[in-house]
Amino acid sequence: MKPPFDPRRNYAETQQKTGYVKRKEATQADYDRIGFMSGLEVHQQLRTRKKLFCRCPSGIYQKEDDFDAELVRHMRPTLSELGEYDGTALMEFRTRKNIIYRIKNETACTYEVDDTPPFPLNMEALDISIEIALLSKMKVVGEVHITRKQYLDGSIPTGFQRTAIVGVEGEIELKNKKVRLIQLSLEEDSCREVSDIGHWRVYRTDRLGMPLIETVTYPDFKNPDEVREGADYIRFLNRSTGKVLTGVGSTRADVNVSCRGGTRVEIKGVSHTGWMPELTHNEVFRQWALLAVKETLNARVKDPAAWKISWKELRPRDFKLENLGMPKNSDFKVLGVNLPEFKGILSHFTQPGKMFGDEFTDRLKVIACLEKPNMVHSEMFDNVLGDKAWARIRTLLESGDNDAQIIFWGPADDIKTALETIEERGKMAFAGVPNETRKSLPDGTTIFERVLPGADRMYPDTDSAPIPLEDTTIDEALNRLPQLVSSRIRSLIEWQVPEDTHTYILKNNLVPLLEQAQAELGIAPRFTATLLAHTLKHIQGQYPALPDFSYGKVLEMLRYLKEKQMDPGIAKKMLLQIYQHPKMDFESVLTTLNFKYMSKSEIFGKIPFLVKKYQEIRTSGEETAGLRWIMGNLNKVATGNISLKELSHQITSFNPATNQPTQ
Amino acid sequence: MSEDIFQGYKGRALEILQKYNARVWAKVRVDSTRGTFEGTILPRAENTDDKHLVLKIFTGYNIGVDISGITMITELGYKKAVYKIPEKEFPYSKEKPNVKLLGTGGTIASRLDYRTGAVIPAFSPGELYGAVPELADICNLTTEKLFAVFSENMGPEQYKKLAVAIGHEIEKGVDGIIIGHGTDTLHYTSAALTFMVQNSPVPIVLVGSQRSSDRPSSDAALNLMHAATAAAHGDIAEVMVCMFGPTSDEYGFLHGGTRVRKMHSSYRSTFRTIGDTPLATVTRNGVTPIKKEYNRRRKDRNVTILPYYDERVTMIYYYTNMKPDVIDALVDAGYKGIIIIGTGLGHVNKPIYPAIERAIAKGVAIYMTVQTLWGYVHMFVYDTGRDLMAKGIIPAENMLPETAFIKLSWALGQTSDLAEVKRIMLTPINNEITPREPYNGYLIYQGGVPEVEDFIRQFHK
Repeated sequence: MKPPFDPRRNYAETQQKTGYVKRKEATQADYDRIGFMSGLEVHQQLRTRKKLFCRCPSGIYQKEDDFDAELVRHMRPTLSELGEYDGTALMEFRTRKNIIYRIKNETACTYEVDDTPPFPLNMEALDISIEIALLSKMKVVGEVHITRKQYLDGSIPTGFQRTAIVGVEGEIELKNKKVRLIQLSLEEDSCREVSDIGHWRVYRTDRLGMPLIETVTYPDFKNPDEVREGADYIRFLNRSTGKVLTGVGSTRADVNVSCRGGTRVEIKGVSHTGWMPELTHNEVFRQWALLAVKETLNARVKDPAAWKISWKELRPRDFKLENLGMPKNSDFKVLGVNLPEFKGILSHFTQPGKMFGDEFTDRLKVIACLEKPNMVHSEMFDNVLGDKAWARIRTLLESGDNDAQIIFWGPADDIKTALETIEERGKMAFAGVPNETRKSLPDGTTIFERVLPGADRMYPDTDSAPIPLEDTTIDEALNRLPQLVSSRIRSLIEWQVPEDTHTYILKNNLVPLLEQAQAELGIAPRFTATLLAHTLKHIQGQYPALPDFSYGKVLEMLRYLKEKQMDPGIAKKMLLQIYQHPKMDFESVLTTLNFKYMSKSEIFGKIPFLVKKYQEIRTSGEETAGLRWIMGNLNKVATGNISLKELSHQITSFNPATNQPTQ
Repeated sequence: MSEDIFQGYKGRALEILQKYNARVWAKVRVDSTRGTFEGTILPRAENTDDKHLVLKIFTGYNIGVDISGITMITELGYKKAVYKIPEKEFPYSKEKPNVKLLGTGGTIASRLDYRTGAVIPAFSPGELYGAVPELADICNLTTEKLFAVFSENMGPEQYKKLAVAIGHEIEKGVDGIIIGHGTDTLHYTSAALTFMVQNSPVPIVLVGSQRSSDRPSSDAALNLMHAATAAAHGDIAEVMVCMFGPTSDEYGFLHGGTRVRKMHSSYRSTFRTIGDTPLATVTRNGVTPIKKEYNRRRKDRNVTILPYYDERVTMIYYYTNMKPDVIDALVDAGYKGIIIIGTGLGHVNKPIYPAIERAIAKGVAIYMTVQTLWGYVHMFVYDTGRDLMAKGIIPAENMLPETAFIKLSWALGQTSDLAEVKRIMLTPINNEITPREPYNGYLIYQGGVPEVEDFIRQFHK
């Protein structure tokens, strides 16, 4: 007799067969083996006063329930410029969502809700995007054409995003390679989602219409760490202009990943570059696993085109389905679905902690609007239903030995779409990796979000005229450009600024500050960098930020110390006070620190007494103990007046015999 | 004539294309001083400059390349786009009412036109079914394209042709008629059809859209479904305008054809009934009357078609310090009827009195309406009003200016006897003059008032 099917064992075996390795153990050879390929679409909000196509203020956000009015819309697919329907559009239409927009007068006008055509493009935003295109070494277009890019999820009330290419074909320089850039576009930001339950999706319109740029790279990244490095580089490049927003959600990247034989899958809206390595690692292995599924299925089924599911409606009472998470007292219908030849597929490894069966539940939620939990299947680790019930269901569905089963539930109106969705995903398994956009989860795995849109969703914006870009406009932008990020990194290395400070310095666009402190005050960049990226960063981690504090304060403080001919060593202590009380003048800061001016000779004058004193009380035989003890006694009076290095030197060179420093 | 392979390009841009033998829809590589660009050459819109070449790059975006820097264009391939809404045969079912959709143009269904860079109408039942398949759940639809003109180009010829066509359709036994129309002058046409098609046994529903149907959020599809529902299943057998109630995709209004007006240049909910309530609301589930009295649907086919129109009618919007020569000029030009849109209760200033006297003496029919849109002409309240009436200006009660203009054109098209014209003008055919104004016929609440804001928050806008 055959042993009973064990999903856990199957999961472990398929994981091994896939050749999955943990990221920490993965080497370049692993990524080369499965053909890791990744590219980025980095979105960056620009800092402008107004939105992109209307005169509403940009960058003001509301709480979810703070709104003046709501309205409801639906989206329908329309043809692209080339006369094609886009796949995503058709999927969104099938989901039949009612989309609610919340409007606040302060941040949205009739343009945001598509009741007024666009006003002329915000030139402030265009100028910034030209600068960034040039920094990205792109070719700037001769004429900016505003294009409509369809988004039927409702995130933009028009059903399309107005977007325009500013530059094409550029490159960025990473540590070990150059990464090519496809294009940079200037576009309007979308709504922020409030909720998405069943057939109702709710959005806020505050962020909608804010100017946003998108930098798109070629799929030149060959391992997860490079993806992160590239995303950081683009982020730093954008910030080097000082003209972009830096708050939460101001930089978001879509990460495209594929493996050899896989398909481009887009992980949407990743707002921390630190998450990218794990996400891309897991996604590339998920695709590799789906290719293994494909191989297995095609070996079993001769004619995949003829493969189809069968189903029967079940009476919940008969199978004790009440405990599976179906809402109580609902008039939901429950269906049993047979998937021929899918045994061992549903519990096939896909991602850490996820199996192929999860691909169905995610799609049922998104496409058929069935809230989770919406299904169980015959290969779940936790067999709540019990083997007997499954056996009865298999009999009812006339299942073969090599089949697998799903039981799902939902409102009667959604059953048809749900069945189509299951069959569709089943069929896709024979082809390999479906084109999808996926949402990232904190554990580094992803879930299905939408069908991946293609180029078929573009349409010229008939409401706005093209904007010619003269050579003079570009020349002016060239004059405004900051230094390249790659040469800034080279400078940091040259200045011997510790590497652990680089991200902080570049992220906050502080290289110009380091340069100014050096040029104007003669302070070594290495000192300023650690003051900022160690001391200040530590303080920032402990105390809330106040609006009056800016990095400029740090420079002012250093300038003050120079004027007073003080030693910058006291800056670390002052910083804590200045950060917490940005309005306090520096003199008062020093008072709170109990600082007293003292001349060098006055401080040095204390050394002989302390040396003598130490001789009397010394207990340690260690040579440096005396120095430490004397330094400790003088630290407070010395800090700010002289450098501790100089003090230390003075102490060690003190000759008790002559009461003078030795020569 | 051979096909234009340089569609829309002119001047220097055309010279460059010809020089490198690069045609529209060719996939090309363009070398220029700003770098190399690759993409498909797209047609160029008519009213744009001759300094740029438009390319669709592989990501689907369009860009313009400055032609002055072009050093070489190399053709790499060719693929012409065919922009066509997929056609599917409109299903027929015996149980469903038969509705005729008469097309006039406008944005109800449209597609991209490179010549103007704007959208042009598409129309056949197959196309409509391809774009709005839900229509088949409502009725059996057939269509006829009477003409294709933009709303602003609608005029007497179109009104008459429409009226006659409606008459034929009713005789042939349709259960309802939809007229697809651009929105700008929809209320002129609805007034004209109210006068020209009287005693209709079936609903006649004019419909348009404020956002063209090439947009995913267009109101076209829902307006069309609402219109089809009103035409196929509604009980109101009048000439109506069917457009959005709120800006939300929620319900439509059926407005009486003579009391409706476009009130916002771009809003979806632009059409409002003035000085009265709309006739009904409509959703895909059916028509819910607001007004108790209306002309009901009948089985007979006894419709009266009166396709008359005199083009020698004009409208003048009075402004302060208007000079008499304006009116003299119109009379000298041969106009037979003038609708004055006067201030307040229906006033104009004294200096133009002599011109009015001269016009009346020449047999010009002059009617007074109000710029306030809401409310009646009351010419007895002030001396100026009485003077004007004494000079022969006839108050048109609470007729909307555009409706009065259409009605006077229609009346003068039937007779030149000014007494008869006056009888026609002041005898309401369908609420263009109402005996009384209900309190809820004028509801213009202002934002910012707490109770108004509370109300707005509770319902979809």
